[in-house]
Amino acid sequence: MTNSMLRKMRPTFIYALLGIIFMLAAPSVLQLFTIINLTTAIALSVLALSLALIWGYGGILCFGQVAFFGLGAYVYTISAINFGGSTWAILVAIIVTSAFASALGYFIFYGRVSDVYLGVITLTVTLIFFSLIRRTSGPEYKIGNALLGGFNGVSSPPINLPWNSASFLFPEQVFYVAMAALIICYVFVGWLVNTKFGRVCVAIRENELRAELLGYDIRAYKLGIFTIGAGIAAVGGVLFCNGVGRITPDIFNLYNAALTIIWVIVGGRGTLIGPIGATFALFYVTSALGGQSVFNNNLVLGIILIIFVLLVPKGVAPTIIGWASARQKKSQRRVRRRRRAEGTR
Amino acid sequence: MKRKRGDVVVETRELCMHFGGVRAVEQVDFTLYDRELRCLIGPNGAGKSTFFKCLTGQLVPTSGEVLIRGHEMTGAEPFEIASLGVGIKTQVPNVFDGLTAEENIWLSARRWHGEARARALTAETIDRLDLGDIRRTLVGRLAHGQRQWVELGMVVAAEPWLVLLDEPAAGMTHEETYRTAQLIEEINKTSALIVVEHDMQFIRMISRQVTLFNEGGILMEDTMDAISADERAREVYLGHRS
Repeated sequence: MTNSMLRKMRPTFIYALLGIIFMLAAPSVLQLFTIINLTTAIALSVLALSLALIWGYGGILCFGQVAFFGLGAYVYTISAINFGGSTWAILVAIIVTSAFASALGYFIFYGRVSDVYLGVITLTVTLIFFSLIRRTSGPEYKIGNALLGGFNGVSSPPINLPWNSASFLFPEQVFYVAMAALIICYVFVGWLVNTKFGRVCVAIRENELRAELLGYDIRAYKLGIFTIGAGIAAVGGVLFCNGVGRITPDIFNLYNAALTIIWVIVGGRGTLIGPIGATFALFYVTSALGGQSVFNNNLVLGIILIIFVLLVPKGVAPTIIGWASARQKKSQRRVRRRRRAEGTR
Repeated sequence: MKRKRGDVVVETRELCMHFGGVRAVEQVDFTLYDRELRCLIGPNGAGKSTFFKCLTGQLVPTSGEVLIRGHEMTGAEPFEIASLGVGIKTQVPNVFDGLTAEENIWLSARRWHGEARARALTAETIDRLDLGDIRRTLVGRLAHGQRQWVELGMVVAAEPWLVLLDEPAAGMTHEETYRTAQLIEEINKTSALIVVEHDMQFIRMISRQVTLFNEGGILMEDTMDAISADERAREVYLGHRS
Protein backbone atom coordinates (compact mmCIF):
# COMPACT_ATOMS: atom_id res chain seq x y z
CA MET A 1 0.00 0.00 0.00
CA THR A 2 1.32 3.38 -0.97
CA ASN A 3 1.37 6.41 1.28
CA SER A 4 -1.42 8.15 -0.59
CA MET A 5 -3.62 5.07 -0.19
CA LEU A 6 -2.95 5.07 3.56
CA ARG A 7 -3.82 8.75 3.73
CA LYS A 8 -7.11 8.26 1.88
CA MET A 9 -7.98 5.35 4.15
CA ARG A 10 -7.33 7.18 7.40
CA PRO A 11 -11.05 7.71 8.22
CA THR A 12 -11.67 4.04 7.42
CA PHE A 13 -9.01 2.97 9.91
CA ILE A 14 -10.39 5.32 12.56
CA TYR A 15 -13.87 3.84 12.27
CA ALA A 16 -12.41 0.32 12.18
CA LEU A 17 -10.53 1.07 15.40
CA LEU A 18 -13.71 2.33 17.06
CA GLY A 19 -15.34 -0.89 15.90
CA ILE A 20 -12.60 -2.98 17.49
CA ILE A 21 -12.95 -1.10 20.78
CA PHE A 22 -16.71 -1.66 20.67
CA MET A 23 -16.18 -5.33 19.87
CA LEU A 24 -13.92 -5.83 22.89
CA ALA A 25 -15.94 -3.72 25.31
CA ALA A 26 -19.52 -4.67 24.42
CA PRO A 27 -19.71 -8.19 25.95
CA SER A 28 -18.55 -6.96 29.35
CA VAL A 29 -20.97 -4.01 29.37
CA LEU A 30 -24.07 -5.31 27.65
CA GLN A 31 -26.42 -8.15 28.54
CA LEU A 32 -26.33 -11.38 26.59
CA PHE A 33 -29.77 -10.71 25.11
CA THR A 34 -28.53 -7.41 23.69
CA ILE A 35 -25.39 -9.07 22.36
CA ILE A 36 -27.47 -11.67 20.49
CA ASN A 37 -29.63 -8.91 19.07
CA LEU A 38 -26.54 -6.96 18.10
CA THR A 39 -25.26 -9.94 16.10
CA THR A 40 -28.36 -9.73 13.92
CA ALA A 41 -27.91 -5.97 13.51
CA ILE A 42 -24.26 -6.53 12.53
CA ALA A 43 -25.31 -9.09 9.91
CA LEU A 44 -27.80 -6.62 8.46
CA SER A 45 -25.21 -3.85 8.43
CA VAL A 46 -22.91 -6.07 6.34
CA LEU A 47 -25.82 -6.28 3.89
CA ALA A 48 -26.14 -2.48 3.99
CA LEU A 49 -22.39 -2.21 3.39
CA SER A 50 -22.67 -4.37 0.27
CA LEU A 51 -25.41 -2.15 -1.17
CA ALA A 52 -23.46 0.96 -0.14
CA LEU A 53 -20.64 -0.37 -2.31
CA ILE A 54 -22.56 -1.28 -5.44
CA TRP A 55 -25.13 1.52 -5.32
CA GLY A 56 -23.21 4.29 -3.57
CA TYR A 57 -19.96 3.73 -5.45
CA GLY A 58 -20.91 1.60 -8.45
CA GLY A 59 -24.15 3.42 -9.21
CA ILE A 60 -25.98 0.11 -9.56
CA LEU A 61 -29.37 0.34 -7.86
CA CYS A 62 -29.87 -3.31 -7.04
CA PHE A 63 -33.34 -3.69 -5.56
CA GLY A 64 -32.67 -7.29 -4.65
CA GLN A 65 -29.46 -7.15 -2.67
CA VAL A 66 -31.30 -9.13 -0.02
CA ALA A 67 -31.55 -12.03 -2.51
CA PHE A 68 -27.79 -12.56 -2.22
CA PHE A 69 -28.01 -12.16 1.55
CA GLY A 70 -30.71 -14.82 1.77
CA LEU A 71 -29.03 -17.07 -0.76
CA GLY A 72 -25.81 -16.89 1.27
CA ALA A 73 -27.74 -17.83 4.42
CA TYR A 74 -29.48 -20.76 2.73
CA VAL A 75 -26.35 -22.08 1.06
CA TYR A 76 -24.47 -21.83 4.35
CA THR A 77 -27.19 -23.63 6.28
CA ILE A 78 -27.61 -26.43 3.73
CA SER A 79 -23.87 -26.97 3.31
CA ALA A 80 -23.22 -26.83 7.05
CA ILE A 81 -25.85 -29.52 7.63
CA ASN A 82 -24.39 -31.67 4.86
CA PHE A 83 -20.71 -31.15 5.68
CA GLY A 84 -21.31 -31.41 9.40
CA GLY A 85 -19.28 -28.25 10.03
CA SER A 86 -19.20 -24.57 9.18
CA THR A 87 -15.66 -24.09 7.86
CA TRP A 88 -16.28 -25.06 4.25
CA ALA A 89 -19.92 -24.05 4.41
CA ILE A 90 -18.95 -20.39 4.84
CA LEU A 91 -16.65 -20.52 1.82
CA VAL A 92 -19.22 -22.38 -0.27
CA ALA A 93 -21.90 -19.82 0.66
CA ILE A 94 -19.72 -16.92 -0.49
CA ILE A 95 -18.57 -18.67 -3.68
CA VAL A 96 -22.00 -19.96 -4.75
CA THR A 97 -23.62 -16.57 -4.12
CA SER A 98 -20.89 -14.71 -6.04
CA ALA A 99 -21.15 -17.19 -8.90
CA PHE A 100 -24.92 -16.77 -9.02
CA ALA A 101 -24.57 -12.97 -8.99
CA SER A 102 -21.96 -13.02 -11.73
CA ALA A 103 -24.17 -15.21 -13.95
CA LEU A 104 -27.14 -12.91 -13.37
CA GLY A 105 -24.96 -9.82 -13.77
CA TYR A 106 -23.48 -11.15 -16.99
CA PHE A 107 -26.87 -11.07 -18.69
CA ILE A 108 -27.76 -7.70 -17.17
CA PHE A 109 -24.53 -5.84 -17.91
CA TYR A 110 -23.44 -7.49 -21.15
CA GLY A 111 -27.03 -7.27 -22.38
CA ARG A 112 -26.83 -3.52 -21.61
CA VAL A 113 -30.03 -3.60 -19.60
CA SER A 114 -30.85 -0.09 -18.40
CA ASP A 115 -30.83 0.95 -14.73
CA VAL A 116 -34.59 0.83 -14.21
CA TYR A 117 -34.85 -2.71 -15.55
CA LEU A 118 -31.88 -3.76 -13.46
CA GLY A 119 -33.91 -2.79 -10.40
CA VAL A 120 -36.93 -4.68 -11.70
CA ILE A 121 -34.93 -7.80 -12.56
CA THR A 122 -33.11 -7.99 -9.23
CA LEU A 123 -36.34 -7.46 -7.29
CA THR A 124 -38.07 -10.13 -9.35
CA VAL A 125 -35.27 -12.60 -8.69
CA THR A 126 -35.71 -11.95 -4.97
CA LEU A 127 -39.45 -12.57 -5.11
CA ILE A 128 -38.91 -15.72 -7.20
CA PHE A 129 -36.70 -17.07 -4.41
CA PHE A 130 -39.41 -16.12 -1.93
CA SER A 131 -42.16 -18.00 -3.79
CA LEU A 132 -39.99 -20.98 -4.67
CA ILE A 133 -38.64 -21.69 -1.22
CA ARG A 134 -42.04 -21.16 0.43
CA ARG A 135 -43.32 -24.10 -1.60
CA THR A 136 -40.67 -26.56 -0.43
CA SER A 137 -42.37 -27.80 2.70
CA GLY A 138 -42.71 -31.48 1.79
CA PRO A 139 -40.19 -34.15 2.82
CA GLU A 140 -39.30 -34.57 -0.88
CA TYR A 141 -37.63 -31.16 -0.95
CA LYS A 142 -34.23 -31.84 0.46
CA ILE A 143 -30.67 -31.16 -0.59
CA GLY A 144 -28.47 -33.94 0.75
CA ASN A 145 -29.46 -34.27 4.40
CA ALA A 146 -31.00 -30.82 4.64
CA LEU A 147 -34.77 -30.44 4.49
CA LEU A 148 -35.70 -27.06 3.01
CA GLY A 149 -38.71 -26.83 5.26
CA GLY A 150 -40.79 -24.45 3.14
CA PHE A 151 -42.41 -21.64 5.08
CA ASN A 152 -40.87 -22.71 8.38
CA GLY A 153 -37.34 -22.59 7.06
CA VAL A 154 -34.32 -24.52 8.24
CA SER A 155 -32.48 -24.19 11.51
CA SER A 156 -28.88 -23.18 10.91
CA PRO A 157 -25.98 -24.98 12.57
CA PRO A 158 -23.88 -22.48 14.52
CA ILE A 159 -20.36 -21.58 13.42
CA ASN A 160 -17.62 -23.79 14.86
CA LEU A 161 -13.88 -23.35 15.20
CA PRO A 162 -12.14 -23.95 11.86
CA TRP A 163 -11.89 -27.66 11.05
CA ASN A 164 -13.22 -28.65 14.47
CA SER A 165 -16.92 -29.26 14.02
CA ALA A 166 -17.38 -30.34 17.62
CA SER A 167 -16.53 -26.94 19.10
CA PHE A 168 -19.58 -24.74 18.44
CA LEU A 169 -19.29 -21.09 19.24
CA PHE A 170 -21.47 -19.60 21.95
CA PRO A 171 -23.65 -16.57 21.13
CA GLU A 172 -21.10 -14.26 22.71
CA GLN A 173 -18.34 -15.73 20.53
CA VAL A 174 -20.55 -15.48 17.45
CA PHE A 175 -20.81 -11.77 18.28
CA TYR A 176 -17.00 -11.48 18.14
CA VAL A 177 -16.94 -13.30 14.80
CA ALA A 178 -19.71 -11.10 13.39
CA MET A 179 -18.08 -7.88 14.54
CA ALA A 180 -14.71 -8.99 13.19
CA ALA A 181 -16.30 -9.92 9.87
CA LEU A 182 -18.01 -6.52 9.67
CA ILE A 183 -14.74 -4.71 10.37
CA ILE A 184 -12.82 -6.81 7.83
CA CYS A 185 -15.50 -6.27 5.16
CA TYR A 186 -15.58 -2.54 5.97
CA VAL A 187 -11.81 -2.12 5.66
CA PHE A 188 -11.79 -4.25 2.51
CA VAL A 189 -14.50 -2.14 0.86
CA GLY A 190 -12.81 1.05 2.09
CA TRP A 191 -9.64 -0.11 0.39
CA LEU A 192 -11.43 -1.29 -2.75
CA VAL A 193 -13.10 2.05 -3.46
CA ASN A 194 -9.69 3.75 -3.38
CA THR A 195 -8.01 1.35 -5.79
CA LYS A 196 -7.93 1.95 -9.53
CA PHE A 197 -10.82 -0.51 -9.86
CA GLY A 198 -12.88 1.44 -7.33
CA ARG A 199 -12.13 4.82 -8.88
CA VAL A 200 -13.11 3.55 -12.32
CA CYS A 201 -16.38 2.24 -10.86
CA VAL A 202 -17.06 5.70 -9.41
CA ALA A 203 -16.24 7.21 -12.80
CA ILE A 204 -18.75 4.84 -14.43
CA ARG A 205 -21.35 5.92 -11.88
CA GLU A 206 -20.67 9.53 -12.83
CA ASN A 207 -20.70 9.10 -16.61
CA GLU A 208 -20.83 5.77 -18.39
CA LEU A 209 -20.15 7.10 -21.86
CA ARG A 210 -17.10 9.07 -20.77
CA ALA A 211 -15.67 6.07 -18.94
CA GLU A 212 -16.13 4.03 -22.06
CA LEU A 213 -14.58 6.71 -24.27
CA LEU A 214 -11.51 6.59 -22.04
CA GLY A 215 -11.19 2.94 -23.00
CA TYR A 216 -12.66 1.23 -19.93
CA ASP A 217 -14.88 -1.80 -20.51
CA ILE A 218 -17.70 -0.66 -18.24
CA ARG A 219 -19.54 -3.98 -18.51
CA ALA A 220 -16.63 -5.83 -16.92
CA TYR A 221 -16.23 -3.25 -14.14
CA LYS A 222 -19.93 -3.28 -13.32
CA LEU A 223 -20.01 -7.06 -13.31
CA GLY A 224 -16.96 -7.07 -11.04
CA ILE A 225 -18.36 -4.72 -8.42
CA PHE A 226 -21.78 -6.42 -8.57
CA THR A 227 -20.19 -9.82 -7.90
CA ILE A 228 -18.04 -8.51 -5.04
CA GLY A 229 -21.12 -6.84 -3.53
CA ALA A 230 -23.01 -10.14 -3.69
CA GLY A 231 -20.12 -11.94 -1.98
CA ILE A 232 -20.20 -9.43 0.88
CA ALA A 233 -23.98 -9.75 1.15
CA ALA A 234 -23.46 -13.52 1.46
CA VAL A 235 -21.10 -12.93 4.42
CA GLY A 236 -23.92 -10.93 6.00
CA GLY A 237 -26.32 -13.80 5.30
CA VAL A 238 -24.05 -16.32 7.02
CA LEU A 239 -23.84 -14.08 10.09
CA PHE A 240 -27.58 -13.47 10.03
CA CYS A 241 -28.65 -17.12 10.16
CA ASN A 242 -26.10 -17.61 12.94
CA GLY A 243 -27.52 -14.73 14.92
CA VAL A 244 -31.13 -15.77 14.47
CA GLY A 245 -30.48 -19.52 14.53
CA ARG A 246 -32.62 -20.30 11.50
CA ILE A 247 -33.35 -19.07 8.01
CA THR A 248 -36.83 -18.74 6.52
CA PRO A 249 -38.04 -17.63 3.08
CA ASP A 250 -39.31 -14.43 4.69
CA ILE A 251 -35.83 -13.04 4.24
CA PHE A 252 -36.64 -12.70 0.52
CA ASN A 253 -39.80 -10.64 1.01
CA LEU A 254 -40.49 -7.19 -0.33
CA TYR A 255 -40.20 -5.59 3.10
CA ASN A 256 -36.57 -6.67 3.51
CA ALA A 257 -35.71 -5.71 -0.07
CA ALA A 258 -37.03 -2.20 0.56
CA LEU A 259 -35.44 -1.94 3.99
CA THR A 260 -31.96 -2.44 2.52
CA ILE A 261 -32.49 0.51 0.21
CA ILE A 262 -33.79 2.61 3.12
CA TRP A 263 -30.64 1.99 5.18
CA VAL A 264 -28.46 3.25 2.36
CA ILE A 265 -30.68 6.26 1.63
CA VAL A 266 -30.79 7.27 5.31
CA GLY A 267 -27.09 6.61 5.89
CA GLY A 268 -26.04 8.30 2.68
CA ARG A 269 -24.88 7.11 -0.69
CA GLY A 270 -21.19 7.51 -1.41
CA THR A 271 -20.16 6.70 2.17
CA LEU A 272 -19.67 3.35 3.85
CA ILE A 273 -19.99 4.21 7.52
CA GLY A 274 -23.31 6.00 6.92
CA PRO A 275 -25.34 2.97 5.82
CA ILE A 276 -23.73 0.82 8.54
CA GLY A 277 -24.70 3.36 11.21
CA ALA A 278 -28.18 3.78 9.75
CA THR A 279 -28.74 0.02 9.88
CA PHE A 280 -27.92 -0.11 13.59
CA ALA A 281 -30.07 2.94 14.32
CA LEU A 282 -33.09 1.76 12.37
CA PHE A 283 -32.70 -1.77 13.73
CA TYR A 284 -33.07 -0.37 17.23
CA VAL A 285 -35.91 1.91 16.24
CA THR A 286 -37.81 -1.10 14.86
CA SER A 287 -37.02 -3.20 17.95
CA ALA A 288 -38.20 -0.42 20.22
CA LEU A 289 -41.34 0.06 18.16
CA GLY A 290 -41.94 -3.69 18.30
CA GLY A 291 -42.28 -3.35 22.07
CA GLN A 292 -45.23 -0.98 21.85
CA SER A 293 -48.55 -1.17 20.10
CA VAL A 294 -49.55 2.48 19.71
CA PHE A 295 -48.02 3.04 16.31
CA ASN A 296 -47.75 0.69 13.38
CA ASN A 297 -44.12 -0.24 12.84
CA ASN A 298 -44.12 0.18 9.08
CA LEU A 299 -45.94 3.48 9.29
CA VAL A 300 -43.16 4.95 11.44
CA LEU A 301 -40.45 3.55 9.15
CA GLY A 302 -42.28 5.01 6.16
CA ILE A 303 -42.45 8.41 7.83
CA ILE A 304 -38.74 8.27 8.64
CA LEU A 305 -37.95 7.49 5.01
CA ILE A 306 -40.13 10.35 3.72
CA ILE A 307 -38.54 12.79 6.18
CA PHE A 308 -35.07 11.76 5.05
CA VAL A 309 -35.81 11.92 1.35
CA LEU A 310 -37.31 15.39 1.76
CA LEU A 311 -35.02 16.95 4.37
CA VAL A 312 -31.73 15.06 4.16
CA PRO A 313 -31.76 13.79 0.59
CA LYS A 314 -28.03 13.04 0.61
CA GLY A 315 -28.28 10.95 3.78
CA VAL A 316 -26.85 11.53 7.24
CA ALA A 317 -23.14 10.88 6.73
CA PRO A 318 -22.60 13.06 3.60
CA THR A 319 -24.58 15.88 5.21
CA ILE A 320 -22.42 15.79 8.34
CA ILE A 321 -19.25 15.62 6.23
CA GLY A 322 -20.55 18.58 4.22
CA TRP A 323 -21.12 20.65 7.38
CA ALA A 324 -17.74 19.73 8.80
CA SER A 325 -15.80 20.64 5.67
CA ALA A 326 -17.78 23.87 5.26
CA ARG A 327 -16.92 24.84 8.85
CA GLN A 328 -13.30 23.90 8.28
CA LYS A 329 -13.12 26.06 5.17
CA LYS A 330 -14.80 28.90 7.02
CA SER A 331 -12.31 28.76 9.87
CA GLN A 332 -9.42 28.50 7.41
CA ARG A 333 -10.71 31.60 5.68
CA ARG A 334 -11.01 33.35 9.03
CA VAL A 335 -7.42 32.45 9.91
CA ARG A 336 -6.23 33.68 6.53
CA ARG A 337 -8.15 36.92 6.91
CA ARG A 338 -6.74 37.48 10.38
CA ARG A 339 -3.23 36.84 9.13
CA ARG A 340 -3.72 39.28 6.30
CA ALA A 341 -5.08 41.85 8.73
CA GLU A 342 -2.08 41.39 10.99
CA GLY A 343 0.24 41.71 8.02
CA THR A 344 -1.17 45.08 7.04
CA ARG A 345 -0.95 46.45 10.54
CA MET B 1 -4.04 17.58 -54.12
CA LYS B 2 -4.03 15.29 -51.09
CA ARG B 3 -1.18 15.90 -48.72
CA LYS B 4 0.05 12.46 -47.87
CA ARG B 5 1.99 12.39 -44.66
CA GLY B 6 2.17 8.67 -44.26
CA ASP B 7 -0.11 5.74 -43.64
CA VAL B 8 -3.87 5.69 -43.67
CA VAL B 9 -5.14 5.80 -40.08
CA VAL B 10 -8.88 6.09 -40.59
CA GLU B 11 -10.78 4.75 -43.53
CA THR B 12 -14.47 4.29 -44.16
CA ARG B 13 -15.82 2.33 -47.11
CA GLU B 14 -19.33 2.95 -48.36
CA LEU B 15 -20.40 3.83 -44.83
CA CYS B 16 -24.18 4.18 -44.42
CA MET B 17 -26.24 5.09 -41.39
CA HIS B 18 -29.99 5.08 -41.85
CA PHE B 19 -32.61 5.91 -39.23
CA GLY B 20 -35.78 4.41 -40.64
CA GLY B 21 -36.19 6.23 -43.93
CA VAL B 22 -33.69 8.97 -43.08
CA ARG B 23 -30.34 8.47 -44.75
CA ALA B 24 -28.18 10.39 -42.27
CA VAL B 25 -24.94 9.09 -43.75
CA GLU B 26 -24.96 7.64 -47.26
CA GLN B 27 -22.08 5.84 -48.98
CA VAL B 28 -19.25 7.78 -47.40
CA ASP B 29 -15.71 6.91 -48.45
CA PHE B 30 -13.35 8.79 -46.21
CA THR B 31 -9.61 8.59 -45.68
CA LEU B 32 -7.41 10.20 -43.05
CA TYR B 33 -3.62 9.98 -43.10
CA ASP B 34 -1.25 9.91 -40.16
CA ARG B 35 -0.55 13.31 -38.59
CA GLU B 36 -3.28 14.86 -40.67
CA LEU B 37 -5.60 17.53 -39.25
CA ARG B 38 -9.00 17.34 -40.88
CA CYS B 39 -12.06 19.46 -40.24
CA LEU B 40 -15.53 18.20 -41.01
CA ILE B 41 -18.00 20.95 -41.78
CA GLY B 42 -21.46 21.13 -43.24
CA PRO B 43 -24.91 22.57 -42.59
CA ASN B 44 -27.13 21.22 -39.81
CA GLY B 45 -28.29 17.71 -40.58
CA ALA B 46 -25.52 17.12 -43.11
CA GLY B 47 -24.45 13.96 -41.27
CA LYS B 48 -21.17 15.11 -39.70
CA SER B 49 -22.10 14.20 -36.16
CA THR B 50 -23.70 10.90 -37.20
CA PHE B 51 -20.55 10.09 -39.15
CA PHE B 52 -18.51 11.00 -36.07
CA LYS B 53 -20.63 8.71 -33.89
CA CYS B 54 -20.10 5.84 -36.33
CA LEU B 55 -16.35 6.36 -36.06
CA THR B 56 -16.40 6.39 -32.26
CA GLY B 57 -18.67 3.38 -31.83
CA GLN B 58 -21.57 5.35 -30.37
CA LEU B 59 -23.67 4.24 -33.35
CA VAL B 60 -23.51 0.99 -35.27
CA PRO B 61 -23.53 1.76 -38.99
CA THR B 62 -26.28 0.26 -41.15
CA SER B 63 -23.74 -0.90 -43.70
CA GLY B 64 -20.19 -0.26 -44.83
CA GLU B 65 -16.89 -0.52 -43.00
CA VAL B 66 -14.83 1.52 -40.57
CA LEU B 67 -11.11 0.78 -40.47
CA ILE B 68 -8.83 2.33 -37.90
CA ARG B 69 -5.15 1.69 -38.58
CA GLY B 70 -6.16 -1.32 -40.60
CA HIS B 71 -8.31 -2.83 -37.83
CA GLU B 72 -11.86 -3.53 -38.88
CA MET B 73 -13.82 -1.58 -36.23
CA THR B 74 -17.31 -1.49 -37.74
CA GLY B 75 -19.84 -1.66 -34.93
CA ALA B 76 -17.16 -1.98 -32.24
CA GLU B 77 -17.91 -0.77 -28.70
CA PRO B 78 -16.63 2.75 -27.88
CA PHE B 79 -14.17 1.33 -25.34
CA GLU B 80 -12.68 -0.96 -27.98
CA ILE B 81 -12.04 2.00 -30.25
CA ALA B 82 -10.64 4.08 -27.39
CA SER B 83 -8.45 1.11 -26.43
CA LEU B 84 -6.63 1.40 -29.76
CA GLY B 85 -5.25 4.70 -28.48
CA VAL B 86 -7.93 7.00 -29.84
CA GLY B 87 -8.86 10.11 -27.86
CA ILE B 88 -12.49 11.17 -28.20
CA LYS B 89 -14.36 14.30 -27.17
CA THR B 90 -18.10 14.37 -27.68
CA GLN B 91 -20.30 17.30 -28.61
CA VAL B 92 -22.01 17.65 -25.22
CA PRO B 93 -19.27 17.80 -22.57
CA ASN B 94 -18.95 14.32 -21.14
CA VAL B 95 -17.08 14.61 -17.87
CA PHE B 96 -17.29 13.08 -14.41
CA ASP B 97 -19.27 15.81 -12.64
CA GLY B 98 -18.91 14.42 -9.15
CA LEU B 99 -15.12 14.16 -9.29
CA THR B 100 -12.40 16.81 -9.22
CA ALA B 101 -10.76 18.06 -12.38
CA GLU B 102 -7.57 16.35 -11.31
CA GLU B 103 -9.26 13.00 -10.84
CA ASN B 104 -11.00 13.31 -14.20
CA ILE B 105 -7.64 13.64 -15.89
CA TRP B 106 -6.02 10.98 -13.72
CA LEU B 107 -8.67 8.46 -14.78
CA SER B 108 -7.65 9.04 -18.37
CA ALA B 109 -3.92 8.71 -17.74
CA ARG B 110 -4.35 5.71 -15.45
CA ARG B 111 -6.02 3.74 -18.27
CA TRP B 112 -2.66 3.53 -20.01
CA HIS B 113 -0.05 3.85 -17.29
CA GLY B 114 0.95 2.63 -13.86
CA GLU B 115 0.42 4.55 -10.64
CA ALA B 116 3.52 6.77 -10.74
CA ARG B 117 3.51 7.60 -14.44
CA ALA B 118 -0.23 8.35 -14.34
CA ARG B 119 0.29 10.85 -11.52
CA ALA B 120 3.16 12.54 -13.35
CA LEU B 121 1.19 12.70 -16.57
CA THR B 122 -1.81 14.18 -14.74
CA ALA B 123 0.33 16.93 -13.23
CA GLU B 124 1.90 17.58 -16.63
CA THR B 125 -1.49 17.85 -18.33
CA ILE B 126 -2.81 20.20 -15.64
CA ASP B 127 0.18 22.49 -16.20
CA ARG B 128 -0.08 22.26 -19.94
CA LEU B 129 -3.76 23.21 -20.00
CA ASP B 130 -3.36 25.70 -17.18
CA LEU B 131 -5.97 24.00 -14.98
CA GLY B 132 -3.99 24.49 -11.73
CA ASP B 133 -6.58 26.79 -10.15
CA ILE B 134 -9.46 24.37 -10.58
CA ARG B 135 -7.67 21.07 -10.05
CA ARG B 136 -9.46 20.34 -6.78
CA THR B 137 -12.84 21.70 -7.86
CA LEU B 138 -15.67 19.31 -8.67
CA VAL B 139 -16.12 19.45 -12.41
CA GLY B 140 -19.91 19.77 -11.99
CA ARG B 141 -19.34 23.22 -10.48
CA LEU B 142 -17.22 24.54 -13.32
CA ALA B 143 -18.32 26.86 -16.12
CA HIS B 144 -19.10 25.37 -19.50
CA GLY B 145 -15.83 26.41 -21.11
CA GLN B 146 -13.80 25.02 -18.21
CA ARG B 147 -15.63 21.71 -18.44
CA GLN B 148 -14.74 21.58 -22.12
CA TRP B 149 -11.12 22.14 -21.14
CA VAL B 150 -11.18 19.40 -18.54
CA GLU B 151 -12.51 17.08 -21.23
CA LEU B 152 -9.75 18.16 -23.60
CA GLY B 153 -7.32 17.50 -20.75
CA MET B 154 -8.66 13.96 -20.49
CA VAL B 155 -8.10 13.48 -24.21
CA VAL B 156 -4.54 14.84 -24.05
CA ALA B 157 -3.58 12.89 -20.90
CA ALA B 158 -4.18 9.59 -22.70
CA GLU B 159 -1.46 10.55 -25.22
CA PRO B 160 -3.57 9.37 -28.18
CA TRP B 161 -2.20 8.95 -31.70
CA LEU B 162 -5.58 9.78 -33.16
CA VAL B 163 -7.92 12.43 -31.76
CA LEU B 164 -11.58 12.81 -32.66
CA LEU B 165 -13.21 16.07 -31.51
CA ASP B 166 -16.87 16.93 -31.95
CA GLU B 167 -17.36 20.73 -31.75
CA PRO B 168 -14.51 21.42 -29.31
CA ALA B 169 -15.09 25.18 -29.39
CA ALA B 170 -18.86 25.08 -28.85
CA GLY B 171 -19.95 27.56 -26.20
CA MET B 172 -16.45 28.88 -25.58
CA THR B 173 -15.52 32.53 -25.33
CA HIS B 174 -13.35 34.06 -28.02
CA GLU B 175 -10.27 33.79 -25.82
CA GLU B 176 -10.99 30.15 -25.00
CA THR B 177 -11.59 29.36 -28.67
CA TYR B 178 -8.21 30.83 -29.54
CA ARG B 179 -6.49 28.74 -26.86
CA THR B 180 -8.31 25.63 -28.08
CA ALA B 181 -7.03 26.27 -31.60
CA GLN B 182 -3.49 26.51 -30.22
CA LEU B 183 -3.92 23.30 -28.28
CA ILE B 184 -5.16 21.51 -31.39
CA GLU B 185 -2.11 22.68 -33.32
CA GLU B 186 0.04 21.30 -30.53
CA ILE B 187 -1.79 17.95 -30.43
CA ASN B 188 -1.36 17.74 -34.19
CA LYS B 189 2.44 17.62 -33.77
CA THR B 190 2.12 14.06 -32.49
CA SER B 191 -1.28 12.82 -33.60
CA ALA B 192 -3.81 12.83 -36.37
CA LEU B 193 -7.05 14.72 -35.75
CA ILE B 194 -10.61 14.87 -37.00
CA VAL B 195 -12.45 17.97 -35.85
CA VAL B 196 -16.18 18.44 -36.42
CA GLU B 197 -16.93 22.13 -36.14
CA HIS B 198 -19.51 24.81 -36.88
CA ASP B 199 -17.51 27.89 -36.00
CA MET B 200 -16.03 29.13 -39.29
CA GLN B 201 -13.52 31.43 -37.63
CA PHE B 202 -12.24 28.55 -35.56
CA ILE B 203 -11.87 26.40 -38.66
CA ARG B 204 -9.88 29.15 -40.37
CA MET B 205 -7.54 29.23 -37.36
CA ILE B 206 -6.71 25.53 -37.52
CA SER B 207 -7.71 24.32 -40.92
CA ARG B 208 -5.59 22.45 -43.34
CA GLN B 209 -7.80 20.04 -45.25
CA VAL B 210 -11.57 20.40 -44.90
CA THR B 211 -14.27 17.86 -45.73
CA LEU B 212 -17.65 19.38 -46.52
CA PHE B 213 -20.67 17.21 -45.76
CA ASN B 214 -24.05 17.74 -47.33
CA GLU B 215 -27.16 15.56 -47.22
CA GLY B 216 -25.34 12.59 -45.76
CA GLY B 217 -22.51 12.51 -48.25
CA ILE B 218 -19.18 14.23 -48.86
CA LEU B 219 -19.69 17.17 -51.18
CA MET B 220 -16.07 18.13 -51.49
CA GLU B 221 -12.69 17.87 -49.84
CA ASP B 222 -10.27 20.74 -50.16
CA THR B 223 -8.60 23.59 -48.31
CA MET B 224 -10.81 26.12 -46.57
CA ASP B 225 -9.91 28.79 -49.11
CA ALA B 226 -10.85 26.61 -52.03
CA ILE B 227 -14.14 25.67 -50.36
CA SER B 228 -14.95 29.28 -49.63
CA ALA B 229 -14.41 30.08 -53.28
CA ASP B 230 -16.50 27.22 -54.59
CA GLU B 231 -19.99 27.98 -55.91
CA ARG B 232 -21.66 24.75 -54.77
CA ALA B 233 -20.15 24.96 -51.31
CA ARG B 234 -21.30 28.54 -50.90
CA GLU B 235 -24.76 27.48 -51.90
CA VAL B 236 -25.16 24.61 -49.42
CA TYR B 237 -23.37 26.08 -46.48
CA LEU B 238 -21.60 29.34 -46.55
CA GLY B 239 -24.46 31.08 -48.27
CA HIS B 240 -26.74 30.23 -45.38
CA ARG B 241 -24.33 31.51 -42.82
CA SER B 242 -26.01 34.84 -42.34
